[in-house]
Amino acid sequence: MEKRELTCINCPMGCRITVTMEGDDIIAVEGNTCKRGFVYACNEVKSPVRTVTTTIKVTGGVVDRVSCKTKEPVPKNKIFEVMDAINKASCKAPVAIGDVLIEDCAGTGIPVVATKAVSPA
Amino acid sequence: MKADIVIVGGGPAGLAAAISAAKEDINLNILILERDSELGGILNQCIHNGFGLHTFNEELTGPEYAARFEDQLDGLGIHYMLDTMVLDVASSVVTAVNSKEGVFTVECGAVVLCMGCRERPRGALNIPGLRPAGVFTAGTAQRLVNIEGFMPGKEVVILGSGDIGLIMARRMTLEGARVKAVCELMPYSGGLKRNIVQCLDDFDIPLLLSHTVIDIKGKERVTSVVIAEVDERSKPVPGTEQEITCDTLLLSCGLIPENELSRSAGVKINPATNGPVVNESFETSIPGVFACGNVLHVHDLVDYVSEESGRAGRSAARFVKANKAEEGPVINIKNGNGVRYTVPSFVRVNELDGDLVIRFRSGNVYKDNYISVLFDGETKLHRRKPIITPGEMEQVILKKDDLTAAPSEILIEITEV
Repeated sequence: MEKRELTCINCPMGCRITVTMEGDDIIAVEGNTCKRGFVYACNEVKSPVRTVTTTIKVTGGVVDRVSCKTKEPVPKNKIFEVMDAINKASCKAPVAIGDVLIEDCAGTGIPVVATKAVSPA
Repeated sequence: MKADIVIVGGGPAGLAAAISAAKEDINLNILILERDSELGGILNQCIHNGFGLHTFNEELTGPEYAARFEDQLDGLGIHYMLDTMVLDVASSVVTAVNSKEGVFTVECGAVVLCMGCRERPRGALNIPGLRPAGVFTAGTAQRLVNIEGFMPGKEVVILGSGDIGLIMARRMTLEGARVKAVCELMPYSGGLKRNIVQCLDDFDIPLLLSHTVIDIKGKERVTSVVIAEVDERSKPVPGTEQEITCDTLLLSCGLIPENELSRSAGVKINPATNGPVVNESFETSIPGVFACGNVLHVHDLVDYVSEESGRAGRSAARFVKANKAEEGPVINIKNGNGVRYTVPSFVRVNELDGDLVIRFRSGNVYKDNYISVLFDGETKLHRRKPIITPGEMEQVILKKDDLTAAPSEILIEITEV
């Protein structure tokens, strides 16, 4: 049996979670105070994921960049490929919060959505 | 110009205060004065996620969180003026300036101070060395990267492990810069644990505790910084110096509530928070002047800012309607062992509109200790906490019913085992 100590990153509470593993199997998850923490711990020991937040170029708007995020967390080892794809893309104003800016980012199957509105110039 | 309530600042605190005041009485004329060209304050540049889990049960980015509040303004008939700087505050008149109206005054029934906080700059840190370009506060760098779309540098050292510093370590890394180290003067980080995990550990960025920058080199632009370990008295330890080549130094060394207006208005300031002394309704020492958010004390969670500001807004609305409760007992809240400050500082029991939330910070790191609440010396609450650090705000919630017995003093302390 192996115990892994994690700090949950879902919210600023930062719960300390202990995951007990038997080989590849999770035997117990302790220390989380909500369901998100349970899901985080299970993912983190098997295939860690992160939401990427950044900005994307916008043309014809009152500003030149708009903030965006991956709609779902992406595999941790894909973070830099996702950043690369977003930095090569651009979108056109107007932009509304939640607009899909990239359908499938860097082959993750996960879209990139706007997190701020931009009105046309 | 006239308004029932003037709100100074349209960031998260101002938005929440305005909305809850309007919900308390929809007929009130509420005016937000904001110096930036958009509402939302610092949330606009906080494009990372993690906001709103308490308020909306969702994980939002800063701009999304701000939009949830901004979207409510029109429906509630709340007015706001952008690009408008408040120059002076008194209990019934606010003076401001913008390029359309010039200098103007607003007569009002109540004021809510929501000016937020500022970063401690290099000049306040006494870092020796030259004065080259390339030294930024973390928040300035955040604005440059996230709003303006400029990278401040390529090889970065960060001094201070506050949350903005940690967030910027990740942000700069994602955008292709190399963050060589985060130095923290204290033996513990000033930021949230989750940010150390997802901003430093994820990218193998070293966090050097008990380290500081003792020299900045470079004539036109930073070429390197010298760091050293420090002893218990924060003095550099000879022989531990290391020179790190870099073109940029980011400073994340603490936030200071912005109380220029409060001070000139004569509001009593708590030296522990650098923010106003307030009661349970977030009213300052001047009747009708309220304060909430980071101008009051620096928060690590915007959700708590919104909740607190909601209470401040409701209190301001009730003040304007002269809806005062009967005078009753006043309870002082005292800082016991390990507690640096509490907000509020005192409670008028009859004015409580629900349970009493007392927020505080510790002065040190405590492991496996208890948070205790004593009413006139008698223990009322005794809660075990695996870890308490100055970087994470703590709270205790006391039921209104328990307070009607009216102790004269509530003591909050950390009891060591």
